[in-house]
Order: sequence, then C-alpha cells, then structure tokens
Amino acid sequence: MSRTHVNCEVNGDAVDFLTEDGESLLNALRDELGLIGAKEGCGTGDCGACSVIMDGRLQCACLIFAPEADGASITTCEGLASADELHPLQQCFLEGAALQCGICTPGFLIAAKALLDENPDPTETEVRYALAGNLCRCTGYDKIVRSVLEAAVQIRTPA
Amino acid sequence: MKYAAPTTIDEARTLLAGDADAIVFAGATDVVPQMRAGRPEPSMVIDLKKIDRLMSVSLDGDTWQVGAAAPSSALTSNAAFAADFPGLAEAAGLIGSDQIQNRSSLGGNLCNASPAADSVPALVVNDAVAVIAGADGERRVPVADVVTGPGQTSLAHDEIVVCFELARPAGRTSDAYLRLIPRTEMDIAVVGAGVRLTLDDSGSVSAASVALGAVAPTVVRVPAAEAALVGSSLDDASLAAAAAAASDACSPIDDKRGTISYRRQVAGVLTRRAAGIAADRIRTRNGQNGVS
Repeated sequence: MSRTHVNCEVNGDAVDFLTEDGESLLNALRDELGLIGAKEGCGTGDCGACSVIMDGRLQCACLIFAPEADGASITTCEGLASADELHPLQQCFLEGAALQCGICTPGFLIAAKALLDENPDPTETEVRYALAGNLCRCTGYDKIVRSVLEAAVQIRTPA
Repeated sequence: MKYAAPTTIDEARTLLAGDADAIVFAGATDVVPQMRAGRPEPSMVIDLKKIDRLMSVSLDGDTWQVGAAAPSSALTSNAAFAADFPGLAEAAGLIGSDQIQNRSSLGGNLCNASPAADSVPALVVNDAVAVIAGADGERRVPVADVVTGPGQTSLAHDEIVVCFELARPAGRTSDAYLRLIPRTEMDIAVVGAGVRLTLDDSGSVSAASVALGAVAPTVVRVPAAEAALVGSSLDDASLAAAAAAASDACSPIDDKRGTISYRRQVAGVLTRRAAGIAADRIRTRNGQNGVS
C-alpha cells in the first residue's frame, strides 16, 4: 500500500499528514487531523454530509482521494466560527432549530457558506437548489432553508 | 492502490501504458461509488486534473476546446460557452448536485459509458469531436463513436480523452436538452433528449440533429426524426412525426426507473419539446440583437 505525504491548508492553518493513496480526504480529515465535523453518510457523493470547500469549490470529501489535497486550501465546518463567536449560519441554525440529530448539519453549513460566498442574497428557490446535494432525514428542510435565508440577511446587514 | 497526478499527457499515458490495471479519473464521481459497490480496486488511479489542457475551457477561433476533465461547473458558469451551447450547458448542469458538478466532467461522463449520461446526447447533436491521445499521437473521433455499449468504449487501454472540440454554431442555430426524472434534482435520466436546430430566414428548419439517451445501450442519433423536422416550419404534423420517429428509435429496457412503453412515449414527448425550446432560443436571440 502506497503512502503519500500531503501538505495543505485547512481552515487557514498549514497542516501535513501521511495517508494511504486510496484513502478519502474525508477519512484523512477525520482520522489524521481530528476534524470530525464532516461525516460519512453515504460514501458515494449523494448525501453531502462530508461537504467541504476545496480551492473555492464545494465538494464531497468522500469522493476526493486524500493525496489530491496536496497544495490545496480546504474549509471544513470547524473553520466557520471565529475564536469566540459562531458564524451567522451556525447561530441561525441554532436559533432556527435547523437540526435535530445533527449528522447532516456540518455539510449543510458548508454548502450554505459556499452559496452565500457566491450569492449573498439568494432567493428561497436558489437556496433549495444549492442545498439539493445535502440530505436531511429529520427536519423536512424548511427550517434549514429559513435559517440560511436569515443568515444571509445578517451577513448582508451586520448588527 | 497508488495515486498519481501527472502534469502532462505524455506522463499520464506512460503511467497508463505501464500498468494494465491502472485507470484514469477526473472527478471520481462514478469511480468511487463503483468501488464502494464492489468494483475491484485498480492498482493505480491517475488523476488528470493537474494537466492544464484537460482542465481548460477556451475558444480557439471558431472552435471551443473543452478539457475532458474540466468540472461541469466550469461550463455552466461560462456565459459565452452557455450562450453558444445552452443545451449542452444545461445537460452538464443537470448532473448531480453542486458538490458533484464541481468534480464531474464531460470526459468522465462519456467514458463511464452509462446509457443515461446526460451530457452525451447534447455533445452528439452538436457534432462534438473527442480528441484522444494514444501511442501514435492524437486522433479525432466523433463523440457518438466513443461509447460502444454500457460501460464500454472504443478507447484502447493507454488512450486518454484529452478534450472536446465544438465548432461554434453557425447562423441561426441553437440546441436544447431535456430529461425526465421523477423529481426536480439529483437523479438519473429515465429518458434524455438533445435537439439542435438551424432555421433559415423564413423560419423553416434547414438542419436538425436529434439524439436520445437512456433508451438504448448507447446514445442513439435519430435520422428519421431529423428528416421529419428539416424543411418544416415546426408545425404540429412535423413535430408529431419527429416524436413518433424518436419513439420508434428507442430500444429501452424495463427497470425501476421506467418501463419500455413509458420510455418510448417520453422519448417522443421530450424530442418535441426540446425542438420547440431550441427554436425559441434561435428566435429570441435574433429578436433581441438582430444577428445570430
């Protein structure tokens, strides 16, 4: 089994890890770097629970071979909050009860961040399409969509 | 399993030629799920995304060069490309979620060789040419000739699809792609239909291309539907004839997504609707700016 030394930036920090070549970036994040926010739901790119932003693009970490991350810049849900303050998306998810079991939440947060980075004022339809790659079996989605829309307002008009 | 990330086509080909069990990949959106479902792990996965030519989307004179590994989102977000090939951009934008579209590629969609691949009918109606690098240099093959059956292509083991060449549509020409799925997003086509039309100054169809996906082992071109459209003013009788020809061209399977008779009927309906959309695009564009 081949192992590769990977250097990359995760949530603004330079990191390096050793990985088996066939390992997924998701497992490397969780097992080598201890970043257990991103989850494996399906392992086939359907559920979005492992969503990360790599080099500016929202992707499923379960479909990325860990060595692909060499030289890349990655944002996971652990990179959303600042030192003592939750990201508006996180705060709005809490206040809007946009989660129940929470397995899908890190993926939804990252997908929503990718959307708001591109489109700070999305319509409800745009939010629903942007989150179509993230499955939630608890909430029925409505509270998630409303929380993303509320976070968009807060980010556009800081208190 | 080894991972390799060559930066040149020659390097990638050498790796592939030296290992009969190696495979190339771009987004791995099919490769990883197939391995999870039990496909034996290859000895090596060769990442094509570090090769500039496979990732670039550019207009060279009157020909678009679309890198085989460029993500679908690079096409859907390219306004000039989407204006030239709205149907192909739509087809690329129908494949999976945003997460998938940031990895999935036209080269992967073609070489995975699923009969239901969304981008392939849209490539075929636009006469896309696949540029394939092999031991004797590059060869150019119509996209329609690359896939030979489900999961099967005409590529030799050490050949790589480098890019697609798409001539800019001349004159009053546009395309459309429609697919039927049981919901609005994130599913695999029950039927897909690509249509490209050229209209003359009087509004009659001077050229037509029709291709269907998910209704046969490979994407099928439908000459009888094209003949029904050419020379017509897209009147009801001509559209009905094209729809009937599309239905007749199907040799689908019964599966959980649709029955044979349902797929046949839907192929006709989508062909007719896609023809209408392509024609509307030509008329709207000419109405807006007076030139094609």
